[in-house]
Amino acid sequence: MGSREEQQESTQNTERKPMATRDAYGEALLELGKKRKEVVVLDADLSGSTKTAKFAKAFPERFYNIGISEQDLIGTAGGLSLTGKLPFASTFAVFETGRAWEQIRQTISYSSLNVKLVATHSGITVAEDGASHQAIEDVALMRVLPNMTVIVPADGIETKQVIEAIADFNGPVYVRLGRAKVPVVSPEGYKFEIGKAHKFYTGKDANIIAAGIMVSAALSAMEMLKKDGIDAGVINMSTIKPLDNDAVLEAAKASRLIVTAEEHSVIGGLGSAVAELLSENYPAPVKRIGVKDTFGCSGPSDELMKLYGLTAEDIVKAVKEGLKR
Amino acid sequence: MSQVSTSKDIAFLKGQAAVVRIEILKMLAQAGSGHTGGSLSAADIATALYFSKMRHNPKDPAWKERDRFILSKGHAAPLLYTVLALSGYFDRALLKTLRKIGSPLQGHPCSKLLPGVEISTGSLGQGLSIANGIALGLKMDNTNSRVYCMLGDGETQEGQVWEAAMTAAHYRLDNLCAIIDNNGLQIDGPCCDVMGLEPIPEKWKSFGWHVIDINGHEMEAILKALNEAEQIKGKPTMIVARTVKGKGVSAFEGKVQYHGVVPTQEELKKALEELGENGK
Repeated sequence: MGSREEQQESTQNTERKPMATRDAYGEALLELGKKRKEVVVLDADLSGSTKTAKFAKAFPERFYNIGISEQDLIGTAGGLSLTGKLPFASTFAVFETGRAWEQIRQTISYSSLNVKLVATHSGITVAEDGASHQAIEDVALMRVLPNMTVIVPADGIETKQVIEAIADFNGPVYVRLGRAKVPVVSPEGYKFEIGKAHKFYTGKDANIIAAGIMVSAALSAMEMLKKDGIDAGVINMSTIKPLDNDAVLEAAKASRLIVTAEEHSVIGGLGSAVAELLSENYPAPVKRIGVKDTFGCSGPSDELMKLYGLTAEDIVKAVKEGLKR
Repeated sequence: MSQVSTSKDIAFLKGQAAVVRIEILKMLAQAGSGHTGGSLSAADIATALYFSKMRHNPKDPAWKERDRFILSKGHAAPLLYTVLALSGYFDRALLKTLRKIGSPLQGHPCSKLLPGVEISTGSLGQGLSIANGIALGLKMDNTNSRVYCMLGDGETQEGQVWEAAMTAAHYRLDNLCAIIDNNGLQIDGPCCDVMGLEPIPEKWKSFGWHVIDINGHEMEAILKALNEAEQIKGKPTMIVARTVKGKGVSAFEGKVQYHGVVPTQEELKKALEELGENGK
C-alpha cells in the first residue's frame, strides 16, 4: 500500500490536480497535432465542450466542423482516413455512439478504418442536462462491434497517455471521456498500454474491477473495507475491449468475490465483459455496480452518483453483501 | 485524358458497356441472388468512368494519384465487380464466385477483401460522406485526384445524404463529382409512390451544387458531363443521370420486380442474345 500513500502525497503537486478527462484530451490533441501532421480533427458543433477547439485554434487547416450531423461526421472521418490522415472525431458520447452507431458499424468497424472516436460527456455526470445527454449505453454499443477497441480512461494523466497510444495504434478505437473533474488515480510513473489493466492491489477477500471515474470510488472503497478488516483489491480496467483476461482471472482466483464498477448501464459494459469471461472460464461470484437498466435524470453530479448507487459506499455495500453469500 | 471523345472512343465504350452487362447477368444467374435492375441501370456510367474518365491503375490499387470511385449504392456490387475485373484488378473467373462462401465478392462490396473497392458499402446513405472525407484529404495533399460517388435515387431518402450534401458545398469540394442513378424505382415500387424525390436537380442546386441533368445511357452525354464537372470550381457537381432500371434487357427494363431478382437460365439466354453475345 506504499504506492497509495505516495500517490496521496503527490496529489499536492499541481500536475496531479483533479482534471476532467475531456480537458486532458484537449491538451493531448494539441500536443499530438504539433508532433504529427497527419492528425485531423472533426467535431459536430461541440468543439468548445469536447475541447477539440484548442486543436482547431492551433491548426485550423486540419480541423473540420461538420455541424450538427453525427452520421456525416463519422463518414467524413472515414473518408479522411482513406487518404492516410489520422482522424479524431469527437462529439458527446450519446450522439457519437447512438446517433451514428450504424455509420460506425458499416464504415468504420467493418472496414477497420484507422479512425479514433473520442467522445466526451459520457455517463450520468453530464448531470443537469439530464437523460437525453447522459450516455449510459455507449460502451455496450461500441463493445459489440468487431475490430473495435474500447478504452475508458480513469483520469487526466491516463487520458493523455491513451491519446498518444491510440495514435500509434492502427485501427478503430472508441475512447470514453467525461465532463466532470476527476481526481488523479494513476500512480507516479504509470504507463498505459492498450489491453493491459493496472492492478493497484490484489485483495484476498474481494477484488474490485473498475473503469473511468469509478476507479477513484473503488480506491476509496478499498480503504473503507480495510478498516472493517476486509482485504479488497482494485484493478483499473481502462481497456474494456480487448479485455485483460489474465488480470480478471488472476483477481478471481486470488479472492472470493469480484465486484465491477462503472458509470454505465450494468448491461453490456465492463460488468458484462467480466461476467462473460468468468462464467465461461472460472465461474466466480460477481456483483456489478452500475446504472441499473434505467435512464438518468437532471441534478448535480455528486447527488446523481448517490441516487444511482455509484459511490464508494455502494461498492463497500456490494462487497460486504457479496462476501456474505 | 482527352477532353474530346472521338466517335471511335464512343463506339468502344458502347461495346464495353454491353460486355459489362453480359458479365453482370452471367454472374447474377450463377449466384442465384443479387441486384439486377440497379446494376444494369448504372452500367453505362460506370463503364465511362472505369474505361475512359478515371485515372487508375489496376496493377497498383493503392496508387496515391488515382481517382476514387465510391459505390454508395452498394447493392450494385455486380456492376462494380465487373468493371474492376474487366479493368484487370483481379481474375475475371472470380466473378463466378459472387455471394459464395469464402469469396471476396460479397453480396455488397467489402474493401477488406477485394482490391479496387475503396470502401465497404451496402447500408445506404453513407457513401457521399466518405467521398467528402476523401475529397478533403486529397485537397490537403494538393493532389489533382478526383472523387466520384454513385448514389441510387431511392438512396437519397436517407437523411445522411443531405448532411453530406451540405458538407460538400460548405467545404467547396470541386474535386468531387457525384452521380445519381435516377432509374425511378425502388424495392417497394416507383420512387414517386414510395417517397417522392423530385425535383431532384433543384434540390441539389439549392444545396449549392453544380447540377448537370443527363440521359444516363447516352455515352456522349455522360462523358461530356464528367468533363464539365472537372471544369467547375468552388463547388461540387451532381450529375443527375436519368436511367432505366434493368437497361439493356427488354424483359427487365422499367420493372420494379427486377430490383433484387436474378435472371432465370431462359431469361439469361434471351438477354445475352439481345446484348449481342452469340454463345461466347
